Amino acid sequence: MTSTALILIITLLTLGSYWVGMQRSIKVAGGVSQIKNMHSLPQQFGLLTAFCCGLPALFLLLLWGIVEPIIIQSLLVDSLDAQVQALSSADLSLYLNDIRIMADSTLSELSNDGVKQQAALYLQVLKDQASILKSGLILITALASVMFIASRFKLSFSARALSESVTKFLFLSCSVVAIFTTLGILMSVLFESLQFFKSVSSLDFLFGTTWSPQIAMRSDQVGSSGAFGAVPLFAGTMLISFIAMTIAAPVGLLTAIYLSQYASPTLRTIAKPMLEILAGIPTVVYGFFAALTVAPFIRDTGEALGLNVASESALAAGIVMGVMIIPFVSSLSDDALNAVPKALKEGSLAMGATESETIKKILLPAALPGIIGAMLLAVSRAIGETMIVVMAAGMAANLTANPLAAVTTVTVQIVTLLTGDQEFDSPKTLAAFALGLMLFVTTLLLNVIALKVVRKYREQYD
Amino acid sequence: MTNQLKTGQKALNMNDSSMHSNTDRIKKSLKKRNSKEKRFRLWGRLAISFGFLMVAILFADIGTKAYPAFFQHWIKVDIEFNRQWLSIEPSDSAVRPDMQALKQANYSATVKKSLYQMFPSITARGDKRDLMKLLSYSAEFKIEDLVTANPDLLGQRVSLWLLADDDVDSYFKSDFTAGQSSGRINDKQAMWLKQLFDSGAVEKRFNTLFFTNSDSREPELAGIRGALSGTILTMIIVLAISFPIGVSAALYLEEFAPKNRWTDMIEVNINNLAAVPSIVFGLLGLAVLINIFGLPRSASLVGGIVLSLMTLPTIIIASRASIKAVPNSIREAAIGLGASDMQVTLEHVLPMAMPGILTGTIIGLAQALGETAPLLMIGMVAFIVDVPTNFTDAATVMPVQIYLWADSPESAFLAKTSAAILVLLAFLLIMNFSATFLRSKFEKNGQ
Repeated sequence: MTSTALILIITLLTLGSYWVGMQRSIKVAGGVSQIKNMHSLPQQFGLLTAFCCGLPALFLLLLWGIVEPIIIQSLLVDSLDAQVQALSSADLSLYLNDIRIMADSTLSELSNDGVKQQAALYLQVLKDQASILKSGLILITALASVMFIASRFKLSFSARALSESVTKFLFLSCSVVAIFTTLGILMSVLFESLQFFKSVSSLDFLFGTTWSPQIAMRSDQVGSSGAFGAVPLFAGTMLISFIAMTIAAPVGLLTAIYLSQYASPTLRTIAKPMLEILAGIPTVVYGFFAALTVAPFIRDTGEALGLNVASESALAAGIVMGVMIIPFVSSLSDDALNAVPKALKEGSLAMGATESETIKKILLPAALPGIIGAMLLAVSRAIGETMIVVMAAGMAANLTANPLAAVTTVTVQIVTLLTGDQEFDSPKTLAAFALGLMLFVTTLLLNVIALKVVRKYREQYD
Repeated sequence: MTNQLKTGQKALNMNDSSMHSNTDRIKKSLKKRNSKEKRFRLWGRLAISFGFLMVAILFADIGTKAYPAFFQHWIKVDIEFNRQWLSIEPSDSAVRPDMQALKQANYSATVKKSLYQMFPSITARGDKRDLMKLLSYSAEFKIEDLVTANPDLLGQRVSLWLLADDDVDSYFKSDFTAGQSSGRINDKQAMWLKQLFDSGAVEKRFNTLFFTNSDSREPELAGIRGALSGTILTMIIVLAISFPIGVSAALYLEEFAPKNRWTDMIEVNINNLAAVPSIVFGLLGLAVLINIFGLPRSASLVGGIVLSLMTLPTIIIASRASIKAVPNSIREAAIGLGASDMQVTLEHVLPMAMPGILTGTIIGLAQALGETAPLLMIGMVAFIVDVPTNFTDAATVMPVQIYLWADSPESAFLAKTSAAILVLLAFLLIMNFSATFLRSKFEKNGQ
């Protein structure tokens, strides 16, 4: 029985047990008219029964999914010859993989290796047994726990308190998912990075100025060493983020100021959705726009001016990324401006200052921490942006500050290193995780600082 | 001494006319200040118009590029279902061939020879090859389908509309009336095409294949159906995971969580998670879901889980704001009537907060719908021809399909890419509008 089918059956059983619990509690009470004598309502009994049916079953299913492959593999290895068992772990996993493929495929003549075929058959048997065992165990557990809880029902049984604390516990575990996600990200990135730093020194990675992540097939081949100096990537990321911010920061801030201080309600009702549209456009669309419209335009203009522009220039990616970030900057700045107490603005206007003077000398300084927070968040957004740079910024790891040259970024390299065929333990693949670690740490720092700045500032006026 | 006197006199003079000069100065500066004010407003207006301009350019650019993709050219060809050309044994017309023979018949030769018949003047081998290039290679499959469905066609001559090759298609979409070579169409091909066009054997039709076909290496056959199904499967997973978990987490944090460091940590965590670059979630999916848990690569299941983790913070933050907005009097009234905390939450707070929660969920889903980068990490970039029907099938989604097509060197894919973008944007706009609609309705109710 497949897991999907099993989940479906568990769901049906859970729904059924809700009904069973309700009926059973009514029976215990002695009919519908006697419900008032019960501590809890029949629905609460039903809910409790449903929990007793579904939760242990799902938990077991999860546990089984984790444990089963390990047990089956060790059983399989035990059944093999001592000669095979003595293989190195990499060779052994290859050998086992062959067996797995043979067991999964219906073609029995895939290989003429009799030992492997026998092992494949044995694996098939093991899997079949495990499947039957799994389904049986889970279904019996579900039914047994329903019977157990139903047998305990009596008038004073507080099903309400019990079912509510289970619900509350479920809510709690849902809110912890976020923490597990962060932990998972940190662990996966950190673990692989540590492995990477075993083969490449972390100083070379952080301060090296050559990036050419090749791994040699032979030791005598040209450029066999492979260079993992990430400085050109950091520089490229900075360059593109800088270009993006020179567009997004003034335009976003001015838009926020104009919309919140000057604009008529009509303009606001048109402009706000326009900004939402800009914010809602997928990054891959911006990437397409940057690569196929903006980049050729910049190249042609540059050529007309006699400049040497690369076909995948940092400028094209930066400009489009700036446009993408405008709504982000403007909505955060808008919040910051709106948080300034009205009295400050009105006081300034009453003293005879013009509106622009009030904005420049009163509102902006008062909202500055919030605006700085917004800019930091925008920078972190620009650094982590992937699709625009993948499609428009190119792969060449040049260490340059020239916006017309092609540069590459951290995110581009992560995508290039991890798409396509890969072996998981080569430094080339692991380098992507090291870059991911840098990206995660940088954006996290920016966010923490930004949120701190914003929060501290809010406390001043509240 | 004289100096002091002079300054003293000056001061006296100033004092004498100070009232006067101050108003003067203010008047003088007022002009400057007003012009500064005007300039500042102008800057603001420029900033907003820049935004409008960008939206307009973006949509106009993609719209004009996409337009050609919605139409395709078809060419009428007289196909002769000649048994010899099909190399069907036995060639005796009286005998009805069995299915096996029909499956193995040589349909490409039939198309070729039928086409040569239409242009008897063409004899050189190179020219013949050029002639064949006018038709999409799907022609032979089309006539195969026809013959296997209706074997009586054998020996007959039928005029069929066959799909033109993408080069021919883009040639017809350009200025072709002169009959001159352009793009990848040479002079001879241009002449034949003009002949065909003048004889009415060319037709422009709405491109339904774009919606019913999956990805293909041939631009004229490529469609978005596979990507659409992949998107739907992925979105089902995202909805099934992120909505219940997000709402439960928001309910816990707003209604039950004690104020302590643990709760603070969860809050800070969620806020930070909302700003983690999406590509990092892809790394998580690759390292944990695929390499540790052994879930299948390229599957919509993995993509859905990764995107759910990514959209969770959005949903939680929006739901919390919405739950917070429920007036406290509701809770107090319910508690006063003897409801338990859980009953208050589930039966009174949650229904009132639902519109806001749904708005946040739609916005989160729209985000997930347009996301590409994390899916590249977990291998959803593969070239997939089959329409995925299961959560574990190899699949791709709309944004990734756009990325793949945008990378393709064939010029005909440019229009396809833009058209796919339009379809994606249409979905997103619908979602955003429904979110805004829900929000405005909710605001009205709240007032």
